[in-house]
Amino acid sequence: MSMAIATEVAPVPPGLAQTSTMRGWLRRDGRKGIRNTVVVAYLVECAHHVAREIAIPFREHDVHVIGFPGCYPNPYAETMMQRLCTHPNVGAVLLISLGCESFNKYALERFVRDSGRPVKTIVIQATGGTRKSMEEGRAFVAEQRAALDAEPTVPMDPSELVIGTVCGGSDGTSGISGNPAAGRAFDMFVAEGAACIFEETGELIGCEHIMAARAVTPELGEILEASVAKAARYYATLGYGSFAAGNAEGGLTTIEEKSMGAYAKSGASPISGLIKPGDIPPHGGLYLLDVVPDGEVRFGFPNINDNAEIAELIACGSHAVLFVTGRGSVVGSAISPVVKICANPETYRRMEDDMDVDAGRIIEGRAGLDEVGREIHDLVVDLARGKRTKSEELAHQEFVLGYKSFEPIGPACLPV
Amino acid sequence: MPNPSRDLSQQPVPVTAGTDSRLLLLFEGDNVFVARMRIRAGETVLVEGNGVTLAADLPLGHKLARRPIAAGEKIVKYGAPIGTATEAIPVGTPVHVHNVKSDYTPTYHLMDANKAEAGR
Repeated sequence: MSMAIATEVAPVPPGLAQTSTMRGWLRRDGRKGIRNTVVVAYLVECAHHVAREIAIPFREHDVHVIGFPGCYPNPYAETMMQRLCTHPNVGAVLLISLGCESFNKYALERFVRDSGRPVKTIVIQATGGTRKSMEEGRAFVAEQRAALDAEPTVPMDPSELVIGTVCGGSDGTSGISGNPAAGRAFDMFVAEGAACIFEETGELIGCEHIMAARAVTPELGEILEASVAKAARYYATLGYGSFAAGNAEGGLTTIEEKSMGAYAKSGASPISGLIKPGDIPPHGGLYLLDVVPDGEVRFGFPNINDNAEIAELIACGSHAVLFVTGRGSVVGSAISPVVKICANPETYRRMEDDMDVDAGRIIEGRAGLDEVGREIHDLVVDLARGKRTKSEELAHQEFVLGYKSFEPIGPACLPV
Repeated sequence: MPNPSRDLSQQPVPVTAGTDSRLLLLFEGDNVFVARMRIRAGETVLVEGNGVTLAADLPLGHKLARRPIAAGEKIVKYGAPIGTATEAIPVGTPVHVHNVKSDYTPTYHLMDANKAEAGR
């Protein structure tokens, strides 16, 4: 097999040198990235293997694989792919098409090119199959990787950050330690002018009224309540709540108990708006991401697992995602670093290699919420000063994207 | 749904006198405590002055009745209702999927090989 190109990649891992101030890569749209990743994106599952093979020799060199498995077109998926391929953490893009799928590769390539990023499309059928596509793809990635590694960085400020939060593998500790500590970090970032996004309306069931009271306008409050009502209807139709068997094993009894814990991730700031996947917050503040599709129930569960939610937070511009876990999730993500906050002190001791923050100290009385919240805040800032998360060091790059349909948000969703 | 009396992002309230320090009270009005570490079967815990011997392990993060809870009564945690008791729950006994149901969607949980309740 001719894989000689694999040994020609830069020997030094890319990324920022350790610096005392935040640094980022300036993009043409004015946003700054805290990573300078090459994305290899497959446009149908039939091209997934080739995309993965192209990226394998570069797995420790910020080359990430994302993609859409479906062969039928879907506007939501096309929007997601556009936002992800032009995310501030992305410096160059390689699209891998089989050739006969319905995904609009021309529109996506044009969208990426118009953003100022180098982009190339390899059509496997036209290139002559797997091996030739892999060779051509690796050559492009090696060239782009070298060019990106030479790009200068510019100073960056916390106010320029977009941060998402998600919880997964929740248990009876999540709502006591990890989630409220993440909420404290969110409050600090919102006060600094950053945009913070919380999500999973299916895990806010039971909290809709107290959440609505935090909206910056009464109209937005009604929209927030309606988004949770939509989620409750959607999940009721499907017959399951957003509740996994392990949640019960970890001491959570009902969806509303899980919701009360999950809601604490939002902190105490006023809620500035509601956005949908792919919408980028217009300015700093706290936003609810409505992840449940609009219209009749179709295409199955809103998000089939945690990584589908993480991908949506990143499509909304999140530079980093705070992931609170009690049972012990190990996932990371393509494109943006995932900060793992372990709520359960027993889990932390068992899985320390995967966890960035030991929030279980709060349960055991060894730290307060403010202290752990500050630690989470500072760790995110450090991600723009050369630090990498545990999941990045372990080369986690999970990515999930499926079918959905959304109506655009109305003007009352972003009142200020 | 009634609003919680306190901000959700606040620290747990200090455990009241006469209660085992391994139990955490999240909000003043809650009718459940949360275990801050695993408490073994056979151990006696003090629940607001009542000594209760545990029939089974109470794992970290699981709930215990702070006072007697009647069938049909709301379970209150974080100062908010999190479901309804399906049977009378004596003080100091576990509160979980075997005696509580959601007021929204049913809880899906796995039974282990012995058909024991989740988390045991």
